Amino acid sequence: MSVLTGPPRRREPSGILPWLAAPALVFFVGFAVIPLLGVFALSFANWDGIGSIHPSGLTNWRAVLTNPGLPHALWVTFLVMAVSWAVQTPLSVLLGAFLAGSQRYRAVLGVVYFVPLLLSSAAIALTYKALLDPNFGIGHGLGIGFLSQDWLGRPWLAFGLVIFVVSWQFIPFHSLLYQGAVRQIPQSLYEAAQLDGAGRVRQFFSITLPQLKYTVITSSTLMVVGSLTFFDLIFILTEGGPGDATRVLALDMYKRGFQANLMGPASAIAVILVLVGLALALLLRRLGGRDAGDSQLEGA
Amino acid sequence: MANPLSRRTLLGMAAAVPVSAALSACGSSGPGKSDKASYWYLSGQPQEGVRTKALDAFNEAHSDERIKGTTFQNDAYKTKIKTAIGAGEAPTLIWGWGGGTLRSYVKAGQVEDLTSWFGDHPEVKKRLFPTAFGPATIDGRIYAMPCETVQPIVLYYNKKVFEKVGVEPPQSWGDIMDLVPKFNAKNIAPFSLGGQSRWTNMMWLEFLFDRIGGPEVFQAVFDGEKDAWSNPAALDALGKVQELIKADGFVKGFSSITADSNADQALLYSGRAAMMLHGSWSYGIQKADGGRFVADDGLGFMNFPPVDGGKGDPSDTVGNPGQYLYISSKASAEQKKIAKDYFTKGVLQPAEVKNWIGTGAVPLLLGTEKQLAASDDAEFLNFTYDVASKAKTFAQSWDQALSPTAAETLLDNIAKLFQRSISPKTFAANMNAVIGK
Repeated sequence: MSVLTGPPRRREPSGILPWLAAPALVFFVGFAVIPLLGVFALSFANWDGIGSIHPSGLTNWRAVLTNPGLPHALWVTFLVMAVSWAVQTPLSVLLGAFLAGSQRYRAVLGVVYFVPLLLSSAAIALTYKALLDPNFGIGHGLGIGFLSQDWLGRPWLAFGLVIFVVSWQFIPFHSLLYQGAVRQIPQSLYEAAQLDGAGRVRQFFSITLPQLKYTVITSSTLMVVGSLTFFDLIFILTEGGPGDATRVLALDMYKRGFQANLMGPASAIAVILVLVGLALALLLRRLGGRDAGDSQLEGA
Repeated sequence: MANPLSRRTLLGMAAAVPVSAALSACGSSGPGKSDKASYWYLSGQPQEGVRTKALDAFNEAHSDERIKGTTFQNDAYKTKIKTAIGAGEAPTLIWGWGGGTLRSYVKAGQVEDLTSWFGDHPEVKKRLFPTAFGPATIDGRIYAMPCETVQPIVLYYNKKVFEKVGVEPPQSWGDIMDLVPKFNAKNIAPFSLGGQSRWTNMMWLEFLFDRIGGPEVFQAVFDGEKDAWSNPAALDALGKVQELIKADGFVKGFSSITADSNADQALLYSGRAAMMLHGSWSYGIQKADGGRFVADDGLGFMNFPPVDGGKGDPSDTVGNPGQYLYISSKASAEQKKIAKDYFTKGVLQPAEVKNWIGTGAVPLLLGTEKQLAASDDAEFLNFTYDVASKAKTFAQSWDQALSPTAAETLLDNIAKLFQRSISPKTFAANMNAVIGK
């Protein structure tokens, strides 16, 4: 878009540069675009994963869009997205701001906080499931009655548990982003604020938080789009249960495709997931404003 | 004791792997092109050991007809085999559960019709439990070789807990409902249940449907009759389960317990639950994990009791009438011949039969009474053999009998039924919508 107004192009690099993108492009087309088109085509066909594929027109789309399961799965997906964002963002900002300090104990704590991110989702889910077993879990082991709840058997408890485990796993990553961003804030701003007599809290709300605007958007984009793909953790932890209380869209897709052998409807859901993800990413990009991609560093 | 997998056999198996790998390297590689047959089956002890030994024994005795075995973990296998078959890369011999999944393979023309082969080899059919052929038969034609063991669902109970509370094992559904408050009063869960796994809940419905309405009720579903789930007997059974849940018949938090972690088993042998409905394989788990529980005669077992006024035959049972081997229709003529030779000379040979009995299981072979009686687990094995061979109807587990599409809807709705978030009527309506799919 800005080609016309951009700086005058030099000949040599413009001839070679596009070719440097070729390997990435080949992979992108081979592993993203072609499968995506395949899934799109499959959403207009009947296939049980074994036999032959029969075109079926709009039947799958009609079935998926009229199935009461879809609004529910969409609702659960958005709820997981919104609640986990609301839980993770403030905690990550605070942790990130805290860790940006230079004292040595903060570095040690930073490493400790970072550990959950190093574990695989499957391992985390299995561990929590074992810990929270109502009869043989940590509640029983330590004699703490409160922990012996029917964690995975009550819709809201199970939902809360999913949010908790997701947050536990991903807050370290987002804290790391915020830590980096806080360290980029020019020290002069704080010095000026101190001269004006602003306290720590005031400094946080008047300087740190506004300066983190673009990091919040980056981190939120990752959280929101990432939460669309939550699958392994929920699959192992609750299998979408109890009932369908935690049945998010990605899980719904897997269950229809690979457990119920309905590849057509599963593909339709996959297409919906892609569309929702794209829409959300674009929306967040809009929220960031036109200059979101520009550097905020002084002099850059 | 009768632990079938000693360290020595494990080492032996480990040693056998490179040897067979080296030998298999002599042939050309990959299924389809090779003159050698392939066989995919489930890992997980003690069953894997028995399967591998049977295969090794066949390979040793038939050096010109070697079969290459590959093992997979249960859930991974279910996806992998489907993908492989869909891609035309199926092994010669496919291990499976028969029923609805087999039907989908048959519909896609992926497995060999064995009807005429069984006609030519009546001796193969005659030696196995007749009930085992039900899930192998699709629309009157046989597509699978039954193998391995029978696994009826059994009502287990903890004898010590019954003694402590001073009550007798239930003889009817009424007794069950009477026992519930008595155990609850002593802070013992009446029934253990790994409810998160969903198929565990299903076993209750399988028995209640049968005991109240007889095998016809589910048969109508299986045959795709319209509104078959709305049968009054079905609604009655669904209501009875919800009554039991409402009366706190199941252990607190049962929806958070999975069967794969064996926590439901632990509740029974540790005396925190009095009874449990579970597959016959549970006996081996109780024995292996329960310390002296089985050895000290703590474990009681019985067939599911009748429901007062019900039409069903109390000798009926449900569960897995067998495991199955299918032959891929894409295999070469020679591979198919090797596979069929494995059916006659490899499946359930004396050594394999002995190994299965050693794991506390009953091979689906007729005439093993003496061997069973000589085992350490004679009482349980005789019981299983009697139930399996004398049942007028041995219904296959519903999630195996139905198509994968219907089975998934079924399991989802069962979970909701046990949550009491849907009524029996809603359950029936939801299930009627997928009949025949």
